[in-house]
Amino acid sequence: MFKVTVIVKRRPKILDPQGKAVEQGAKLLGFNNVLDTRIGKYIEFKINTDSEDDATKEVKEFCEKLLSNPIMEDYEYRLERE
Amino acid sequence: MNKIKFGVVVFPGSNCDHDAYYAAKKIMNQDAEFLWHKELDLKGSDVIILPGGFSYGDYLRTGAIARLSPIMEKVKEFAASGGFVIGICNGFQVLCESGLLPGVLLQNESLKFVCENTRLKIENKNSIFTNKIEQEFLTIPIAHGDGNYFADDKTIEELEKNNQIVFRYQDTNPNGSIKNIAGIINKEGNVLGMMPHPERCADTIISNGDGSAIFNSVISNLLK
Repeated sequence: MFKVTVIVKRRPKILDPQGKAVEQGAKLLGFNNVLDTRIGKYIEFKINTDSEDDATKEVKEFCEKLLSNPIMEDYEYRLERE
Repeated sequence: MNKIKFGVVVFPGSNCDHDAYYAAKKIMNQDAEFLWHKELDLKGSDVIILPGGFSYGDYLRTGAIARLSPIMEKVKEFAASGGFVIGICNGFQVLCESGLLPGVLLQNESLKFVCENTRLKIENKNSIFTNKIEQEFLTIPIAHGDGNYFADDKTIEELEKNNQIVFRYQDTNPNGSIKNIAGIINKEGNVLGMMPHPERCADTIISNGDGSAIFNSVISNLLK
């Protein structure tokens, strides 16, 4: 069994209005050093297999087919054996 | 064939399905039937409408889960065989997620949900969705938070080259969409996705019947 965490991020060129709004809030609070705020998604789940290769393959497919839309998003994942 | 049949797909969270049904059946005087998303039968529909709404609560991404509904396999087969498909608002988002149309609908640049009339320029007057429309512009309302059409440069170039951009916002761009795009067709010309809601302005009793022009175009092309 693997515990999987996935982070889905908007591609660098894609506008992120939420990130922009949050950064405005940061400035209003006086966090003047905050820059380039981007908001993404954090997803966690488990993969029921003992093979790391199988788990990796399945996670990648899951990310590409559903969790992210490659037109606008990139993903990162991490596997942790349980 | 005296009447054509519109199949209106109902996803959990669709909320413009009844308006689309009403426009097809009562205003355009055609046949119409609701198609529950778990069905695997398009019931002899000549045109499929993927209506507006918030299918699956817009979870993950707009349209991302709806495109996995069982009926979508049949809609894809129908589209591949040349069947006419119209995706309105959330329906447009589902079409993009399912790969039936290129690109994606991002969140509005303003971060606001925008509900207002928009004036659309008909850029492609040869499509089956527009070739019977006499006007150069249509006024059709939008109501969305994620209508900001985006695709990479190469895709946009292809859309322009193949005349796939059917509608553009004319006066102001309400959502930040690239090249003011409001609606596109696939390369083959039988699948239309648009953010504005023609079904919401098909009945002249609410003082604007412009939306009926699009329905009329489709119907005329099928009945000829």
